[in-house]
Amino acid sequence: MTKKLVTYSYLGLLLAMLYAPIFIIIIFSFTEAKVLGNWTGFSLKLYTSLFQGGVHHSLTSALWNTLIIGLISAFASTLLGTMAAIGIHNLNPRQQKAVQTANIIPILNPDIITAISLFLLFVSIGISQGYTTVVLAHITFCTPYVVLSVLPRLRRMNPNLYEAALDLGATPLLALRRILLPELKPGMISGFILAFTLSIDDFVVTLFTIGNEGLETLSTYIYADARKGGLTPELRPLSSIIFITVLVLLLVINQRAVKKKL
Amino acid sequence: MQTKIASYFGRRRNWTIPYVLYLALFVLIPMLLIVFYAFANNEGELSLTNFRKFLMQPEAMNTFIYSIGVALITTFLCILLGYPAAYLLSRMDSARAKLLVILFILPMWINFLIRTLATVALFDFLKLPLGEGALLFGMVYNFLPFMIYPIYNILQKTDKSLIEATQDLGANPRQVFFKTILPLSFPGISSGIMMVFMPVISTFAIAELLTINNIKLFGTTLQENIYNGMWNYGAALSLVMLLLIGFTSLINTESNTKAAEEGNLI
Amino acid sequence: MQNIANDIITIEHLSHTFGDKTVLKDINLSIGKGEFVTILGPSGCGKTTLMRLIAGFLKASGGKITIDGKEMTHTPPHLRPVNTVFQKYALFPHLNVYNNIAFGLQLKKMPKEEIQKRVMQVLKMVIMTDYEERDVDSLSGGQQQRVAIARAIVNQPEVLLLDEPLAALDLKMRKDMQMEIKAMHKKLGISFVYITHDQEEALTLSDRIVVMREGVIQQIGTPTEIYNEPANSYVADFIGESNILNGIMIKDSLVSFAGHEIECVDKGFAPNEPVEVVIRPEDIYIFELSEAAQFSGQVTSCIFKGVHYEMMVLTPEGFEFMIQDYHQFEVGRTVGLRVKPFDIQVMKKERHLNTFEGIVVDKNHVKFLDQTFKCNEAQKFAVGTKVKVLVEFANVLLHDNEEEGMLSGVVSFILYKGNHYHITVLTQDGDNIFVDTNDIWDDADRIGISIMPEFIKIENI
Repeated sequence: MTKKLVTYSYLGLLLAMLYAPIFIIIIFSFTEAKVLGNWTGFSLKLYTSLFQGGVHHSLTSALWNTLIIGLISAFASTLLGTMAAIGIHNLNPRQQKAVQTANIIPILNPDIITAISLFLLFVSIGISQGYTTVVLAHITFCTPYVVLSVLPRLRRMNPNLYEAALDLGATPLLALRRILLPELKPGMISGFILAFTLSIDDFVVTLFTIGNEGLETLSTYIYADARKGGLTPELRPLSSIIFITVLVLLLVINQRAVKKKL
Repeated sequence: MQTKIASYFGRRRNWTIPYVLYLALFVLIPMLLIVFYAFANNEGELSLTNFRKFLMQPEAMNTFIYSIGVALITTFLCILLGYPAAYLLSRMDSARAKLLVILFILPMWINFLIRTLATVALFDFLKLPLGEGALLFGMVYNFLPFMIYPIYNILQKTDKSLIEATQDLGANPRQVFFKTILPLSFPGISSGIMMVFMPVISTFAIAELLTINNIKLFGTTLQENIYNGMWNYGAALSLVMLLLIGFTSLINTESNTKAAEEGNLI
Repeated sequence: MQNIANDIITIEHLSHTFGDKTVLKDINLSIGKGEFVTILGPSGCGKTTLMRLIAGFLKASGGKITIDGKEMTHTPPHLRPVNTVFQKYALFPHLNVYNNIAFGLQLKKMPKEEIQKRVMQVLKMVIMTDYEERDVDSLSGGQQQRVAIARAIVNQPEVLLLDEPLAALDLKMRKDMQMEIKAMHKKLGISFVYITHDQEEALTLSDRIVVMREGVIQQIGTPTEIYNEPANSYVADFIGESNILNGIMIKDSLVSFAGHEIECVDKGFAPNEPVEVVIRPEDIYIFELSEAAQFSGQVTSCIFKGVHYEMMVLTPEGFEFMIQDYHQFEVGRTVGLRVKPFDIQVMKKERHLNTFEGIVVDKNHVKFLDQTFKCNEAQKFAVGTKVKVLVEFANVLLHDNEEEGMLSGVVSFILYKGNHYHITVLTQDGDNIFVDTNDIWDDADRIGISIMPEFIKIENI
C-alpha cells in the first residue's frame, strides 16, 4: 500500500511540475490582462476576440501558415518515407545499414545544425526563402520518423503476404494497394501524426529557412512577440484550446485501444 | 521504354532512390557546406581563421563550455528524476501506464515558447527570481519527457523471466535492480542522453527568456553569428558542435540505431 | 517417365543461384495431371526454392518451366495457373475469412453472387461453414490452415502448391489434416505439389516422391520404390531406418558384407566390385541361435517402440545391426540373424576415394582445395604438373579444433555403416571431403581437417 502511495505521489509531483505552467496559461486565458500573470477578473473576452477575428490579422495568418505547412510536410514525408521504407526493406543488409544510418543523421542533429546547414544550402543555391524552403526543410527532419514508424511494420509482416496476393492473381500494383498499404497503414498514420506534430511545433529550423518576406508561422510569431517583451493575449486561449483538444483526443484513443484489448 | 520504366519501379529496392537523393541534397550536401564555410574566410579562400577566432576569443569558448556544463547538469537531473518515473511506470499494469505516459508527453503539444513564457509567469507568481535556477528548471521541464519515454520503453519490454531468474539465483531486490534491471536499461538511458544532452547545448530562446537575457547558451551564439552575416564563423562553430555530436554518438552508435529501430526515439 | 500430354508441369534443366551459391542444379521433373507429388528433403536442400520457381516468386537462372503446355519460365506469378498454400498461412490480417477466400475471385471481377456461391462451397469443403465473418487472427492454427487451403483452391488452379503446410501444427492435428488433404486431393482431381521434410508425411500422402539433397534430385519414385529400392545410401538413410554397410559383390547374386558371403538377387555388377548394402531393420529375422543363422551376435540394447522392439545386435566381427521385431530379446542374449535374398538391396558405390584436382608445387608439396599439402609422392612429378589427387576415406584426419587442421569445414552428413561412420564434410569453399572414422561427430560440428603426407596419392590426369 505504501508502495503504491509512493509511486503515485512521486509521479503526481512530476506531473504537477510539468503541468503547472500549462495550468497558468489556461487559468490566465480567462482574464483580460495584457500581461501573463496579472489577474483582472474573470472574462471570456480573449476567447471571443480569438474567434471573432478581433485578433491581429497576423496571428490568424500565422496559424493558417503553420497548419498548411504542417499538412503539406506531413503528406510529403509520409509518401517519401513510406516509399523509402518499402525500398529499404528490399535492400541487402549492407545497403540497409547504410541508408538507415543516413536516416538517423537528421534525428541526431540538433535543430540548430539542421537549420544552419539548410540555411547555407538555400543561400548557396540562391533560392529565395519562403513557403517552399520551409516545407522542404520540414520534410527533411520529418521523413526519418516516418521511415522509423513504417519499417517495423514491414519487418513484422509475414513476407509471404505480398506473394500470396500475387499468387491469387493480383498484379504487383494491385498487391501493393490491396495488401501492402493496408498492412502499413497504422505505421503510416502514426508517422503522419508525428510528422505533423514535429512540423507545427518546429521553431528553430523554420526561423532559419523562412526568409524575411514577412511569412510567419505560429512559432516565429510567438518568438517575435516574446522578444518584444509580451505575448499576444489571444495566444493563451488558443494554446488552451489546442491543449484540451489534444488531451481529449488522446484520452479517447487510449480508452478505445484499451477496450479493444479487453 | 515504358516497360523498362515500369520494371525499374517494379523493383522495390529502387524505391529507396528518391529518399536517398533527398537525403543527399538536404542533409549530406548542407552538412558538407558547413565544413566548406567553416574552412573558408570571408573571401572564400581556404583558411583556419574561424577556428583561430574560436580558440582565441574567450566569449564563444566560454559560452561553449558553460553550455556543456548546463547540458550535463540537465541530463543528470533528467536521469535522476526520469529514471524512477520510468521504472515506476514500467511496473504498473499496462493500460494505466500507457495513460500516464501520454500525460507525460502531452505538454509537448503546447508550443515550447509559450510553455517557457508560462514558466516565467509561474516563477513570477511564486515570487522566485529568474536566473540559473529558472534556466535549469526550464531545461529539465522541457526535456524530461525525452528521458522518461525511452527508458520506460526498454524497461517495459524487459523480459520478466530475466528478473525472476535473478531472484531465483538468490539476488535480493537491491541486487536484482543493480545486476539485472539497470544494466538492461542502459540502451534506454543512452538514447535518453542523446535526446537531452545535445539539444540542451543548442537551444536558444529558452535561456534568454528564463534569465532575462543574462545567460545565453551556445545555440544563441550560433544563431547570432548567422543572423549578423558571419556565416563562416557561424559554420565553424556549427562544425565544433557537429564534432561533439559525432563524438557522443560514436560512443553509443549501436544502442542508438537499435533503439531507433525499435521506435524508442519516437 | 510419363506421357507429355498428361503432364501439367514439365521442368527441364532448371537451375537457380543466389549470388555465387548454387541452390538448384539441373532439375528435371514432370508432374502429371491429378498427381500428388511430394518434394522431400532436409532444410536447405532447395525444395522451397523449387516451389517458389514453380509459383513464379523467383526467377530461374537457367532452364525451362512449362505449365499446362505453355512455357512459363518468366511469367509473373499472377498469370500462372497455380496457387500456393504458404507455410505460415499468409492470411491477410486486415480481411475476414470471407474476404480472404474471395480475394482471388474479386480480382478476376467475378459477379458477386458467383463469388458468394464459390466461397460457400469451399468453406463447406474445408469444414469451416459459419466462419466467414470471423477475423483471421481469432482462428486456431488448424483453422487458419483450412482457410489458407480454401483461399487457394477457390480459384480452381491446375496445380496446388503446398509449402510445408502442416509444419506449424501439433502432431495430432497434423495427422488429421494429412487425411483431409489426401481426401481433398481425390475430390478436386487437380495436381498437388507438396513440400515437406517429413518422410513419413511424404510416404503417407504421395503418388510420387522426389527426394532432394543440396539442390540435386536424388531419386524420383513411388513411396514403395523409394522405400524398398533407394537409389543411394543417402535416400536409404533419409527414408525410414536402415542398416547400410560396405560390401563386395563377389559374383551375380552373391554379396559379401560384415564378414560373411550372403545370397542376394542383384545382378550385373563387375566381379568383386565394392558396393553398398542396404537392409531395412524390419527385414532381418532374429531368433535363438541355430543352424539357420547367417550371422550370430549379442543383443546390446533393446527399446520398446510402441508396436515393435528395436534392438541393436553386435556380431563377433564387430558389425552392428539394427533390428525391429515384435519379439523381445533381452540385452546380453546371443542370437542368430537372417535376411532373405530379396530384402537385400545392393547399390553401386557412388565413390571409392576422395579425388581432387591438384597441381605439384615443388618436390615435396602438392596444392589442392586451395591449400598446399606436404606430399611424399610429389617428387615423382615435374613442378607445375596438373595431377589427380587421391585420398582414402579412412586417411583423412578430423580435429575438434578448427585451427588444428589445414582446412576447416562443417559436418554436413553422417552415415553409420555398421562398424564405422562415413562423414561428409563441407569445406569453407564448398567442396566435399568424405571421411571414414570411428569417432562420433555431430551434424553441423565445425572441424579441422588434415591429411598426412604419406596418404596423399597422386596420378597423372
